[in-house]
Amino acid sequence: MTPSPAIPSVRLLFEEDIPGGAMWSYALKRHHTLRLTAIESGANVGAMLYNLHQPLDRLNLPDTLKAQHTAKLTTGNVLLSDMGHVLCSISADTCGWHDPLAGHSTPALVRAKYGTSTYQEDRNAFHRNARDQFLIELGKWGLGKIDLVANINFFSKVTVDGDGKMHFVRGNSAPASCVDLRAEMDTLLILNTCLHPMDPDPQYHPKPVHIAVWKSDQPAADDPCRTACPENTRAFILTEALFRSSSSSPPPSQT
Amino acid sequence: MSTLIYTESQLHPEDAVYDYTVLSGEAWMHEIAAGQSFRIVDLEGNQAVDTLFYNAHDRTDRYSAQDTIREQSSIYLTTGTKLISSEGHVLLTIVADTCGRHDTLGGACSAESNQVRYAIEKKHMHNCRDSFLLAVANSTYGYSKRDITHNINFFMNVPVTPEGGLTFADGVSDKGRYVEMRAEMDVIALISNCPQLNNPCNAYNPTPVRLLLWD
Repeated sequence: MTPSPAIPSVRLLFEEDIPGGAMWSYALKRHHTLRLTAIESGANVGAMLYNLHQPLDRLNLPDTLKAQHTAKLTTGNVLLSDMGHVLCSISADTCGWHDPLAGHSTPALVRAKYGTSTYQEDRNAFHRNARDQFLIELGKWGLGKIDLVANINFFSKVTVDGDGKMHFVRGNSAPASCVDLRAEMDTLLILNTCLHPMDPDPQYHPKPVHIAVWKSDQPAADDPCRTACPENTRAFILTEALFRSSSSSPPPSQT
Repeated sequence: MSTLIYTESQLHPEDAVYDYTVLSGEAWMHEIAAGQSFRIVDLEGNQAVDTLFYNAHDRTDRYSAQDTIREQSSIYLTTGTKLISSEGHVLLTIVADTCGRHDTLGGACSAESNQVRYAIEKKHMHNCRDSFLLAVANSTYGYSKRDITHNINFFMNVPVTPEGGLTFADGVSDKGRYVEMRAEMDVIALISNCPQLNNPCNAYNPTPVRLLLWD
């Protein structure tokens, strides 16, 4: 867990509030940072990540977890593609635990938990599920079901006990909890604010989040995400090799 | 570690309609019909078998590790575990298991993940991703890299701690242990018999596995 730095106003590109149960996607440029801030407690942001220029180079959570010997995500962790690249680094986090295990809600799951809710009856308050939101947002970028990968749930915590049983932990994120994703390559972010699939709350009440994007700096040679473990250092070397031909100065890890 | 429960099958290898041994470092792609029983035998012990399943009639309806563990609230797979697809279907059910538990968090090894995990120079070691890619390239199903997602690792041991730690631990399998599944729908299985030499997933000695099918 680390405090989040103040965003210099001259570097801010934009800010936006995303209501609960909504979807959003964005092409986050290399060395720009996106901050997700929980507006209320109990927020959840489902996320899938892709190399903007080659979506086959996509978030791989098994590779991410085994390389960093972790079953949770927080400051210092990097989000790895299946081609050994760092899509984004978690450069700051006041929450301490983000869930990479439990996946996302489906139409059947939301119907079973919260009952039937159609647009015809409930208009824009109708129940949303993460699967449909992912598919809609992926479709806008020419992607579809075949491109679905295991997702992260930011702000949510699922622990595993000694028998391998999974437990959702309530109250993981307080209001104003925030997490920063610094892109280390141009990254397509596919997000939604649907409820966590294991959230035990019987009421359908997805929470809003605030999004801010700013021009951050290239990670330094001693950047905490780069140096968190030798695996991360090597992943940065592989990632920065992609940009060497178009870069006027060598990346810090090469100097 | 929790107590492992072992369950035996009543099926005999001599009655099988299919019997094939996959060497380490090789792949196997094969249809399994609804109702058939499918057994994987760890012939020499502690051999990771990286496995993916697809609905034979809709390739986008495929094994989903996250849906499988969440719907059963358990990260380990063993007897009784339903292997759930991305569309919420039960592809297969594990009906016998003399190993006790299997992993689905660790994914498959690849040239690139070996570079990240072990050394930049490890790029040219054989790996499961390459076996998967060659198998789909040679198959008539029209699959590609887009179809290769997060797999099961039969006979592999990847414990997670309550604090969120994750490690590739020494195996809990042994010579002759097996896992058996019943296909609940027509599926295509894609297996890479893992060639990894950098961690204990194959006890540093990749070995053959035997695959059996019963009608």
